[in-house]
Parts: sequence; C-alpha cells; structure tokens
Amino acid sequence: MPRHYAAAAALIGAALFTGVAFAQTGKVTVVTSFSKDVTDPFKQAFEKANPGVTLDVQNRNTNAGVKYLEETKANNQVDLFWASAPDAFEVLKGKGLLEAYKPKAEGIPDKIGSYPINDPDGFYSGFAASGYGIMWNERYAKANELPEPKDWQDLAKAVYFDHVAMAAPSRSGTTHLTIETILQGEGWEKGWRTLKEVSGNFRQITERSFGVPEAVNSGQVGFGIVIDFFAFSSQASGFPVKFVYPTVTTIVPANVAVVANAPNKAGAQAFVDYLISPGGQEVLLEPSIRRLPVNPAVYDKAPADYPNPFKDPSLGARVKFDVEVSEKRSNVVDVLYDQTVTFQLDALKAATKAIHDAEAALSEKDNAEARALVSEARDLVAAMPITAEQAASPEVTGAFTGGKEKGARQAELEQQWSAFAKERYAQAQAKAEEALKRAR
Amino acid sequence: MADATTAGRAHAPSGPFRHFMTSATPGQLALALAITVFLALFLIIPVGTVIYVAFTEKGTGTFTLVNFVDFARTDLFIRSFWNSVYVSAMSVVLASIFALPLAYITTRFDFRGAMLIQTLGFLPLIMPPFVGAVAMLLLFGRNGTVNLLLNDWFGFRIPFMEGLNGVIFVQAVHYFPFILINLSAALRNIDRAMEEAAQNLGCSGFRLFRRIVFPLAMPGYIAGASLVFVKVFDDLATPLLLNVKDMLAPQAYLRVTSIGIADPMGYVISVVLIVMSILAMWVSARAMRGKDYATVQRGGGGLAKRQMRPWESVAAYAAVFLILLLVLAPHIGLLLLSFATIWSFSPLPDGFTLAHYGRVFGESFVYVKNTLIYASLAGLIDVVLGTAIAYLVLRTKLIGRQWLDWAATAALAIPGVVLGIGYLRTFYGVQLPDGTPLATLWIVIVLALAIRRLPYALRACYAALQQISVSLEEAAENLGATKVRTVRRIVLPLMAGGILAGFVTSFATAAVELSATLMLVQSNADAPLAYGLYVFMQSAAGRGPGAALGVIAVLLVALCTFASHLIIEKSQKAKGAGH
Repeated sequence: MPRHYAAAAALIGAALFTGVAFAQTGKVTVVTSFSKDVTDPFKQAFEKANPGVTLDVQNRNTNAGVKYLEETKANNQVDLFWASAPDAFEVLKGKGLLEAYKPKAEGIPDKIGSYPINDPDGFYSGFAASGYGIMWNERYAKANELPEPKDWQDLAKAVYFDHVAMAAPSRSGTTHLTIETILQGEGWEKGWRTLKEVSGNFRQITERSFGVPEAVNSGQVGFGIVIDFFAFSSQASGFPVKFVYPTVTTIVPANVAVVANAPNKAGAQAFVDYLISPGGQEVLLEPSIRRLPVNPAVYDKAPADYPNPFKDPSLGARVKFDVEVSEKRSNVVDVLYDQTVTFQLDALKAATKAIHDAEAALSEKDNAEARALVSEARDLVAAMPITAEQAASPEVTGAFTGGKEKGARQAELEQQWSAFAKERYAQAQAKAEEALKRAR
Repeated sequence: MADATTAGRAHAPSGPFRHFMTSATPGQLALALAITVFLALFLIIPVGTVIYVAFTEKGTGTFTLVNFVDFARTDLFIRSFWNSVYVSAMSVVLASIFALPLAYITTRFDFRGAMLIQTLGFLPLIMPPFVGAVAMLLLFGRNGTVNLLLNDWFGFRIPFMEGLNGVIFVQAVHYFPFILINLSAALRNIDRAMEEAAQNLGCSGFRLFRRIVFPLAMPGYIAGASLVFVKVFDDLATPLLLNVKDMLAPQAYLRVTSIGIADPMGYVISVVLIVMSILAMWVSARAMRGKDYATVQRGGGGLAKRQMRPWESVAAYAAVFLILLLVLAPHIGLLLLSFATIWSFSPLPDGFTLAHYGRVFGESFVYVKNTLIYASLAGLIDVVLGTAIAYLVLRTKLIGRQWLDWAATAALAIPGVVLGIGYLRTFYGVQLPDGTPLATLWIVIVLALAIRRLPYALRACYAALQQISVSLEEAAENLGATKVRTVRRIVLPLMAGGILAGFVTSFATAAVELSATLMLVQSNADAPLAYGLYVFMQSAAGRGPGAALGVIAVLLVALCTFASHLIIEKSQKAKGAGH
C-alpha cells in the first residue's frame, strides 16, 4: 500500500532514529501482565543464570498484550507471553499465535488441585499456581463490627450487604475460573443462585483484577474476593489486611508460552525451562511474589505455613473441574454474569436488600405466608434466562465468537438476558417488600 | 485610549468578511491539503481500519446498519447514552462555577499571586492515571478522610464519589481548567476601551460583567465549555474509577478490550461517541454564529486591572482559596500518598517516609526525559496544526474547511486503545530498511499523543483567532503586505496568548496520557512517565513509588505551565508598556 510508504518516508524524515535493533544480541523479549515485583526478581535470576542474555520486559495488561500480539503477528518481535489468565492463552492458541514447546523440567505433576498444569497440546505451560479466597481490611471490619468470613456462603449473609467487591469475570480470567468452578461444583442452577446471593452484597464489581485488592487496601471496601498473592503481597507491604482460603477453593495456574515466529526462539525456550527448573521455582517463594510452585519438591524449601496444594486437599483438589465444559461456554458465562449482575447491580442489590429486611423481620415474628413470598423472591433472583445445555449450544456460543455462521447477534441476546433479569429483580423486590408488610 | 472606533462591534454582524475573503490562494489550498493528508494518515485511516467493524454484518462481513438498530434497541445503551448526556451537561455547569471566579478575579483585578493561581488552577487537568484515582478515593471516598471525619464527628457521610453525581463532581474538578485557561486567555484579549466605554455610560459591577465583559469573552468560554462537554462525554477513566459502567465511553472500552469476544457493539458505540462529539462542536459553532467577537485594539493588555476595596479583597481571597482547596485536594492527597507508609481506612497516613522517592529516583530519569520530549513535540505539532486549521476555517472560504475542524475534534471521541490498535494495524506492516517495523519507533507515540491532544490546542487557537478583528489584516494587506507576511507579523503575534494556552493544555495532558501509549510502548527505554506509573500501580508495594512518580509528573508539568504563564505575563506587560 503506497500510503504506508509515504507515511514511512514522512516519519523517517521527522524521526530521530532510535535504532531498536532486535538482531543477535541475546535479548529475550517478554510481554507480561505481571507487576515489577514479580518480573524484577525473575529478570535478575534468569540473567544471572544465563550470562550475556538480557530479558526485556514489556508490561501490558492481559487484554492489551493479546491485542498487541494479534496486531503485530505479521512482523512479530516478541518471544514470550507471560500472564495469569488461562483464557488469554486459549485465545492466542486459537489464533495460532503460540508455538508448542515442552519444557525439559522433570517431576512436574499433571494437575494442581483439579486443574491441569499444562496445555494438553503443549502450547503453554503452567509455572505457578494461586488460590482464590477472601481478603479483608481489619480496620474496616472492626469499625463496622463485621465478623470474619470463613466460606463463600458467608459472604451472602445480610451483615455483609454493600461491603464486598470482586472483579468482573469478563475482565479477569482468574475470577472467571472461580465462577466456573462454583458453577461446575454446585451445578448450573444452584451455582448461579450462590453467585447471585453473594453478588447481591457487592459494593463494586471492578473492571481489573487489581482493583479489588486496591479497594480493600485503602479501606474503601471491606471484603474482596481475590487471588491469594494479592493479599499476601499487600500484607508484606504492611497493609492491615487478612486472608482466608474457603473450605472449597479453586487453584488456578499462571502460564508462560513461546510466541509463534519468535525472533529469539532459543532464548524463549531457555526462559520457559528456567521458570520451571528448581531454581526458577524457588524464586516464587519470595515474599513479594509468593505464588505456589508447580514443582512439589520445591515446597521443602518453603516456610512452614506455606500452603501446599499437593498435600492439602482443601486447596482445589475437592473440586471437579472439566476443562472442556469450561472452554465451550466461557464467553457465555462472562456475558451472562455481566448482563444479569454487573450491569444490573443496582436492581439486584435493591432486591437483595428487600429480601434481607423481610427475613430479619421474619426472624422476630414468623409468618408462613410471608416466608413463602420471600422464598419466591429468592427464586426470582436466582432465575437464569438460559439452561446449562443452551449455554453450551452452538446457537448461543456462536453469537460471541464473531464466527462465520449466521445466527443471533450478541447484542440481541444481551438485551434479552438483561431484560429477563431486570424484570425478575423488580418482581423479587416487590414480593419481598410485600412479605415485610405481612411479617410486621 | 482613543481607539473607540471599534466600540459597538461586539454584536454586529460580520460585514467586512464578505468582500475580504474572496477565494483561497494556492498557498492556502496547499496547506489545507497537507493537513488533510496528515489527518488522514494518522487519524482517519488508522481509526477506520478498526471501527469499520461497526458497519459489517455478523458472519458475512457485508455492509449493514443493523448494529445501530441493535444499539437503539438495547436498554443498557440507551440508558448509558442519556447518563452520558446528563453527566456531561452538569459537569459543564459545575466546572463553570469553579472556573468563572478564578478567571475573573485573576484577570480583572490587581490581585497578588494571580500567576500562581493560574498555574495551580491548571493542575487538576494533570491527573496521573491510577494514583490520582487512589488519592481521590482516600480523600473523598466512602471511607476517605472527609467522610471518616464527618462520620466520627457528626455521624453522617457525603456521597461525593458515588453514582452519576460522583462522576459529575470528579469530572468538574478534573476538567474545569479547560474553561479557566481558555476564558482567562479571552479575558486578557478584551479591548479595555469596551469596558471603559461602558463605565463612562454608567455601567458597573455585575452588570458590567454580564453585559460587556462576559459576552466579549464568549469565544474563550465556549471553547472551554465545549471541550469540557465533549471530554466528559468521551472520558472512560473517571466513570470506571467510580465503578459507574452505564455510560457510553466505559461501555465502549469494556467491549473493545474484553478478550476473546468479537463484538461489533464496542465500535458502534465509538461511532456514536464520534458523531456526538462532532455534533456538540457544531452546536457550539452555531451558537456563536452571526456574532462578531473581534476587537481591533489589542495593546491594552486586557481588562483594566482594578484595585479591590479591602472587603472585596477578603472575599476574593476567600473564594479563590476555597475553590483551590477543593480542586487541588486530589493533588494534596497524592502528595500525602507519596510520603505515606501505610494509608488505609484512616483520615491520614499512619506514618511518613522518603523511601518511595528513593525507589523511583534512579529509574524515573529516563521516564522524565521521554515524557518531556514526547509531550513537547506533541504540543508543538498540535499548535502548528491548530493554528493552521483555525486560520483555514475562520479566514478562508475553502469548501469543506469545517470538516478539518470536525475531523480533528473527532479525535477526542476515539478511545486511546482504538487509536493504539489502529496504529499497530496501519504502521506495523511498514518496515524500515533494517527490518524493524515503523510502529516500534518512539515517534509513533508522539504522533498518537499529538492526535489525541490536537482538539485541545485547536479550540484554544480557534478562540484566539475569533477575537482578532479581520480589519487588522485588511489594513496590513492594504499597506502592501503579502498574506504570509500578514499572518506572520500580525495574526500570529496577536494569537500568541491563545497558542500558548493551547500548547500548555496539549503538553500537560499528553504528559500523563496512558491508554494509547500502553499499546505502543516497545521497550522501557522508550517509555514515558505514565507507563512507569502503570507498571508500579499493579501491585500493593508499588502504590507509594507510583504516587512518588505521579508527584514528579505533576511537578514537571506545573513547572512548564508556570514558565509559560511567565512568558504570557511578560509579553502582555511588554505590549502594555509599548502602548
């Protein structure tokens, strides 16, 4: 395209050429969503173990990183993609932007918790794992006289109304996995019921994963559903926060992958090998990083109270997780959550508050009629516009992939689902208010 | 002050324009063409390659408008649309309440510290990404300083930062400098004779302001207010920070940046944002039509500076102090945060330390250097383009000249991430002789910043030119000066204040821009401050160092702003003395 050359000419004329040379310098370029606290120790350790090689770290959030690789594939300059969210790797793999590589390390099990560590096709490898749990601000809890939660269900209690935060599953791959685990563990209908009961207590649904620990650290929100290292690194920085793994929790891996057509393929593979080698795995134990190694042997070097998912069955092993089911409906689950919860949060909270008020009144003075109304209201809140079968059907999933087949458009489905939820939340609120009147 | 010949022209229709501007000279045509090519290359084509999806049918990829029908049918989008309109309009009102007293007092009266106030009043525009938000929440949030104290003492809280009203509050604080800076520039340009004529006729006090001063400064006010409206309409950072998602810009952003979902609606919303921005600018241009704001006499150095009576002085200082305290609160919070050990659920930090500055000191140097280079180059490109476009639109009769203005303004509505993706898509395939892609050069970041901030400079230049009487140029040309010479010797010097205002606005906001930069930064050595900030603000331990970097960014921009105010003041004084 001639206009490109014109642009090039104009630019070269104007630019003070900086000369970014990618050639044989032994430079390994990695695009990552991890913070400096994580990347700096690895950079130092890796460069020390491989003299002459430099690790060039480009920080981008996961979404921007995926888009970046996609847009620059014609002339790729990146060797590695390094991030938490497995779904981002799935997208990259689906678009043919990754290259399969099997790390040389030995003694890595197939699964951590109930989640497979590595991509079965070998396109990306897990190098660390993290568990989900509840983090809270002690000062906040004390000032508002709130008890310490122990389990997910605790967060659905009336005392926590307007005190909890979580990242939107469509914005955070790890939150998505947690939601999917609840759906698989409790079944579609019961799972959504739990999710909506907890979500009805939310103060915020943030659009980035780190938004939750940030809000808890500064005391704007009391309780957050977060991945463990956010809580541990906050504690290490001195914030007055506590963390608990619920009795049933998910373990999600963090991954690394070699990018297709990497300019420094050998260097990229060396970095993957290093991450999974005992030396690299030990770096994970540093307080500022504090993630769970995938090599069980490394736990021997960990502090005494370090959580060990290979020994402690409550860390992930009790949950069944079917990767295929998850993959098939992943977009549908995200959009369902956004349309029925994230964008309808005010309506959901109003209904939840009304239910809490009615139940509080009922616990003082019981009334069978009112109880029935409350139970109807709860059912209305829990109702979902589609079944598990529909969620996995090609007619529905096809609307979100931008695929070639004709069918319902995403916007149409979204409007149907949000209208469904909005109507039921209003009805639920009305029923619960009616119940409150009768209970008095 | 004998130049009273121009009195009464303020509201007269523009008679002399007609015979003055006959047709365009070849030079003007070439200029228009060059600007068109620039905008096409760096704005229209890159953005077009991304948002054309809005007009394609799912599956087949053929042209369709069905996505816009979907937009109109979706409750969420319609609700978001009206929320955005409401928030933008109310933000203009609140921002005007902040800006009017500051602008009027500092330009109209002999007021000590006027220059300092102008600089401080400008700072809210420079809100470093992420840390600014944290600081603001720590002060005004539900459990921020103010509310914790209120709750302790009186048992209630004020929801400053909640829902749409929270967005209005934060946006007004953030963007009122647009009005302040443009209005101040306009007030400085008013012919003093106008005011004196009115006073001689017995007009004074508020009536003088309402009937004479404010109407004459209208171009500056409209320039600022329309910028506030459009910017608030298109801003996604503040609503997302307050977790308000049912507004248009956040909806577009959330959809464009969700992984794995190929949804045209994000781009449909982008198109709606662009159309609304152009519409707003068109309406503001209509509002000014048929009025002539130009005054001939420019040597008076703006309004006569009055001495205040003691009680007036006290009231003025109190008002200025209160407004500054409110609008600078986020920066005070930022400063505290940068020295804080831990600050969590308490009115003030637990303790103070210098460690955060120590941590960023070594590595911030390269960020500072890059930011200065990028932002000043971007600002320079912007004022050159802004002046040229303003001149073409206001002083020539080229067909379609308005479209240059509108195209440049549309940049305001384009989410940074869309521009970033567009640049990668357009320029990554172009290789330099050594095989590196064009898009990896840092100059591409400069161009992206320049395009993003062009509307700010353009509005300032436009307003400045509107205030200059065309008869001055006629006079020059009658005396034999060429068009080029007239522009160089007459127009540009008279526009200087406005051009500088434009440069400062573009420079300052480019210095803290992140969204497009994050897509385009290729290595740490080429990264600006905002990127460094982003990297820190991803972890709990990075909050303090991030705040320290934020303070450095603000100081940097403040120094540059102060310097340019000094220049304005000096040139005004020089003009005044020469008169």
